[in-house]
Amino acid sequence: MTDERTVLLAVEGITKTYPGVVANSDVTFSIRRGEVHALLGENGAGKSTMVKMMYGLVKPDSGRMTWNGAAYTPGSPGEARSTGVAMVFQHFSLFEALNVAENVALGMENPPPMKELSARIRAVSEEYGLPLDPSRMVGDLSAGERQRVEIIRCLLQDPKLLIMDEPTSVLTPQEVEILFKTLRQLSSEGTAILYISHKLEEIRSLCDAATILRRGKVVGTADPRASTARELAEMMVGATLTPPARRPGEKGKVMLGVSDLSVASPIPFGTSLKNVAFTVAAGEVLGIAGVAGNGQDELLLALSGELRASPDRVRIDDAPVGDLGPIDRRRAGMVSAPEDRLGHAAAPDMSLIENAFLTAQARKGLTNKGFIDWPATRAYAEAVIKDFDVRTPGAHVAARALSGGNLQKFVVGRELMQAPKVIVINQPTWGVDAAAAASIRQAILDRAAEGAAVVVISQDLDELLEIADRFAVLNEGRLTQPRPVEGLTIDEIGLMMGGAHGMEVAHHAEA
Amino acid sequence: MDFGGINPVILIASLMVASVPILLAALGELVTEKAGVLNLGVEGMMIMGAICGFITAVHSGSPVAGFVGGALGGAALSLVFAFVTQVLLANQVATGLALTLFGLGLSSLMGQNYNGIKPPLTGALLPATLREIPVVGPIVFGHDWMVYLSILVVAAVWWVLKATRLGLILRAVGESHEAAHALGYRVRLIRLGAIAFGGALAGLGGAYISLVRVPQWVDGITAGAGWIALAIVVFASWKPWRALIGAYLFGGITVLQLNLQAAGSRIPVEYLSMSPYLVTILVLVIMSSGRGRAALNAPAALGQNFHATR
Repeated sequence: MTDERTVLLAVEGITKTYPGVVANSDVTFSIRRGEVHALLGENGAGKSTMVKMMYGLVKPDSGRMTWNGAAYTPGSPGEARSTGVAMVFQHFSLFEALNVAENVALGMENPPPMKELSARIRAVSEEYGLPLDPSRMVGDLSAGERQRVEIIRCLLQDPKLLIMDEPTSVLTPQEVEILFKTLRQLSSEGTAILYISHKLEEIRSLCDAATILRRGKVVGTADPRASTARELAEMMVGATLTPPARRPGEKGKVMLGVSDLSVASPIPFGTSLKNVAFTVAAGEVLGIAGVAGNGQDELLLALSGELRASPDRVRIDDAPVGDLGPIDRRRAGMVSAPEDRLGHAAAPDMSLIENAFLTAQARKGLTNKGFIDWPATRAYAEAVIKDFDVRTPGAHVAARALSGGNLQKFVVGRELMQAPKVIVINQPTWGVDAAAAASIRQAILDRAAEGAAVVVISQDLDELLEIADRFAVLNEGRLTQPRPVEGLTIDEIGLMMGGAHGMEVAHHAEA
Repeated sequence: MDFGGINPVILIASLMVASVPILLAALGELVTEKAGVLNLGVEGMMIMGAICGFITAVHSGSPVAGFVGGALGGAALSLVFAFVTQVLLANQVATGLALTLFGLGLSSLMGQNYNGIKPPLTGALLPATLREIPVVGPIVFGHDWMVYLSILVVAAVWWVLKATRLGLILRAVGESHEAAHALGYRVRLIRLGAIAFGGALAGLGGAYISLVRVPQWVDGITAGAGWIALAIVVFASWKPWRALIGAYLFGGITVLQLNLQAAGSRIPVEYLSMSPYLVTILVLVIMSSGRGRAALNAPAALGQNFHATR
């Protein structure tokens, strides 16, 4: 079928088990030179384990890999790099307190002296249209720019195979375009690319071939250009997917009103909010888009009550709550779920029961004369686990032990099940697989249909377009006028988001 | 040239000597913390260095051998810490505190038969003609070789951290062990090396106390110098040259308060003894007010254990 001579990396019968989990079972596929190959699968399907074996971070239990026909057994990432395998990680493997050149040097086997390296970084970044200043601190860069650092780190080593693990989750549509242009250029120069993503439309426009994993096994291959996104998704999930159904409900009175809200950011390198104003009516979903770092975290903090303002700036059901803290705002009817699951939304080392208590005690009455009502708290945690299909051995398990997607289902479910009047969620489905994301979105829509006012802050535009009634963009701490979703085009949205964000930033820095 | 019975030239010369132990220990801890490890056992490693150095010097008759012995003693104790925190993944704060107590006890046991003995003398390095130049002589040329070595170590640590690949990797490990691991660096091995280096420098500092500063062996001879060294690291924002300034400041205050006491100052002794610690608190408050950890320059992974899960 595939021509033996053009195969760059062949994976044959790879199996990897962890105690209690089979991460990969008898996985076989091959990547040809210059091919953009998609590796598709839900969370926990074994994609990450597979690429870690290719990159020498994990050793397979059995099976073999061949590189250009010769046996390939990388013992460390260094060996993989010297063979010609480079990897851009899902969670950036960058060091915030170091500058761009230092970060690049750390990912190379034998980096040249810093001056020469900086010159090469400039040269390569020009060549591929990814402007980058080598002397800037990574902590000051936008998500898109950080990704450029990772990509350039890979490109400086002339990789034969570039592995990209979910690269577009933090980019604006324009930045995605730039990335794809770079990837196509690389592919035309003969570099093979292994592309991992949930975003099926992207895979359809970029990839030449696709291998689909489910529960650690290859369940099929597909030509992404000849398949629909729906077909790919169903192969991935192994079931028919139903898009969230919207029950057009009556829009009621305004439940959440924010006027002229300006707060300084408490986060280092953060963005202050400037004159943010919007209203959300009962039964309505307001989607707020924007590239990470444009005030999303601050907006969530200001709405949840972690940051306070004067009373009239935030009103829940006409009551001024701007000066109240999170617990009082919960009592007033607002629930909120921040983006950072471990550490902000959940206490990592506490059990799910304890975590359920932490936000639900005010609205669900989980205390009795000042003491925690453990049976009621446990029952509530178990109800969340059941209704939101959280896969865990039990409610007693520490939050840290859950996979990201499962913990996300838990923290979102914990908020949605408190019968709220107002819901504020930042990144509701970040890192969650397609089936779970669909069920979280459905739950959000169901609450809206029951009369809740919902604010969803997300960087996933498709998600916002799917569930929001109105749409606004946060850009450098300012919120655009909300517009009805109907009739909006992706291009218009991209421009609202400030175009290819960070391109300007990079140019400013050079000027 | 005396101010209230205090001669500034002698003050400066003696503060340089008084600062050597805390400077060396602070530099060692700085390197350890740059690799992301918080070792609160500095005091214990210093006193182990003090007794091991003392024993080696007494038996060999050579102060140089004594300092080597002191460094080895400190490093040996730090390896206990390394094993417990890096291999067994115990809590670093608790282990560090225990290490101090363990070091104090063990050194006291080892030093049973060494009370009242004089160690071999560590003399001045340079010829008397240089040392007798007024003002400059005592301050610049009048010291033993350890004083000069301690300044060389500052320069070396600064250069390695700033300009070499080893230093870059060390900082990367302290900044994000996950990312360093993903790139293929051996996080625990690098930390092990940093801990041992920190132990060796703390031991060297301890040996300087028992061989030069005091010079004899008594139980608990380090008297809290390790804790001051820990404060200096934060005071210095994890920067080697600032550690030198910090150490001289603390050394200066220590010497000054001794001199003031000797000169019969009317300020009660207790206030003078408190002053170095008060200054620490003040400086830390000023430095961290209104700004985040980024401004303090602390390594992001400081005190966190690393375990390669996947």
